[in-house]
Amino acid sequence: MADTFQFEIVTPEKLVVRDVAEEMQIPGKDGYLGILPGHAPLITELGVGEISYRVHGYTHRLSVAWGFAEVLPDKITILAETAERAEEIDVERAHDAKRRAEERLKNGNSEIDVRRAQVALERADSRLKVASKGRS
Amino acid sequence: MANLLDIRRRIRSVTNTRQITKAMKMVSAAKLRRAQERALAARPYAQMLTNVLKSLVSRAEIYDPDSGEARHPLLAQREQRNILLIVVTGDKGLAGAFNTNILKAAMKFLQSKSGKHVEIEAIGRKGRDFLRRRFPRAEPRSRQEGDHSASESMISLVGEHVGVLNRLDYPLVWSIAERVIERYTAWEIDSAYVLFNEFKSVIAQRLIVEQILPIEQIGETLVRQAEEMSQEERERAVEAAKGTGVALRPVDTRSIDVEAAKFATANVDYIYEQAPAELFRSLLPKYVGVQIFRALLESVAAEHAARMTAMDAATNNATDMIDSLTLAMNRVRQAKITKEIIEIVSGAAAAS
Repeated sequence: MADTFQFEIVTPEKLVVRDVAEEMQIPGKDGYLGILPGHAPLITELGVGEISYRVHGYTHRLSVAWGFAEVLPDKITILAETAERAEEIDVERAHDAKRRAEERLKNGNSEIDVRRAQVALERADSRLKVASKGRS
Repeated sequence: MANLLDIRRRIRSVTNTRQITKAMKMVSAAKLRRAQERALAARPYAQMLTNVLKSLVSRAEIYDPDSGEARHPLLAQREQRNILLIVVTGDKGLAGAFNTNILKAAMKFLQSKSGKHVEIEAIGRKGRDFLRRRFPRAEPRSRQEGDHSASESMISLVGEHVGVLNRLDYPLVWSIAERVIERYTAWEIDSAYVLFNEFKSVIAQRLIVEQILPIEQIGETLVRQAEEMSQEERERAVEAAKGTGVALRPVDTRSIDVEAAKFATANVDYIYEQAPAELFRSLLPKYVGVQIFRALLESVAAEHAARMTAMDAATNNATDMIDSLTLAMNRVRQAKITKEIIEIVSGAAAAS
């Protein structure tokens, strides 16, 4: 069996990565999924979190938010609303976003405001986490 | 007769203007190429999403097998009483008739909907300025207000987004789309349309009103009103595109589309982490976002193309003007010389 699989991460704006990996972790909506080559065909929604994949002994990380993934034995395709490589994340902006979201959570009056703020907070947290780990 | 010095001064001034319009044309051409690339880069996602949704429609029994009724609010048709129209124009002028044409089409659409309540959301400064002068600014209607009093205006401007077009990104578009979807699901609006300049290539453009809600058929663009480019406009665009490296033909997207068509439609038994119906529910709103995103990306490309054409025409006009001024200048100079010779000759004749 092949020891790697292909994958693509696509956002509404562009194709973010097309690469091969030996293993990959993706943030499914109902929990993280670990994927090795030859995985059974699977379709899942994504939550907010971190995609990490290993190839040639390096681990690469991306922060992703919401989307959809198709897993085939030799290929993974991920549609994500946002996807940023760890080294691309603007830490300062993420901090700002986090602060704003926390503020809104405190004074949010309508239900929608609160929900949006929660989502924004979750996302900012995920980005910060991924950025701090970087490439290892 | 015009003074020689004045004419020289005019020529110099027009030459300077020509240099500016020429530079603006080249800048627009470069921006147009970038905008086209962005629109192309956005294509795989849109295509993949469309494919997934199409394949989920049958798996998730989105339509009631007996009555054929849609089981998702964004697909459901209902009587149109409150209509939302999103008008996409440019933020800047000097783009020929680009903004005017869009606003004309907007007025035409509004006329065709007379008797109904229309709320307008303006994207782009030019459209905002025009619509604000014509229609009252109002808060988006909530459902409780239901029946409207007679004093209320039938058409109102409920939202504006200015200065977003040159830093367009998906999160921003999503925030607009999310609001539209929320209002639709809350029955505050009964349909939503986007009016924008569709852009396939410099010579394949049209002004369309696209229905984005309710979704009637996934993967089909529902055009409610369209205006093609005139032959004259097309010829001008071809002329302007010469020497700028802007391709006339639409970019070939077949290979992208074929690749995207494979997504999530392999002939295998997938394990569904979530039920297909649930997946469909959370993906369908994204489809609305992607459509608005596409509209904005194409509108930006079209705006640059329009500016490129306008500036090309301006450059040509300046050249014509310099030619006729040079001719006039030569004539004046010649007349002056002739006059001097006559003076000398007649002076000599008088002296002899």
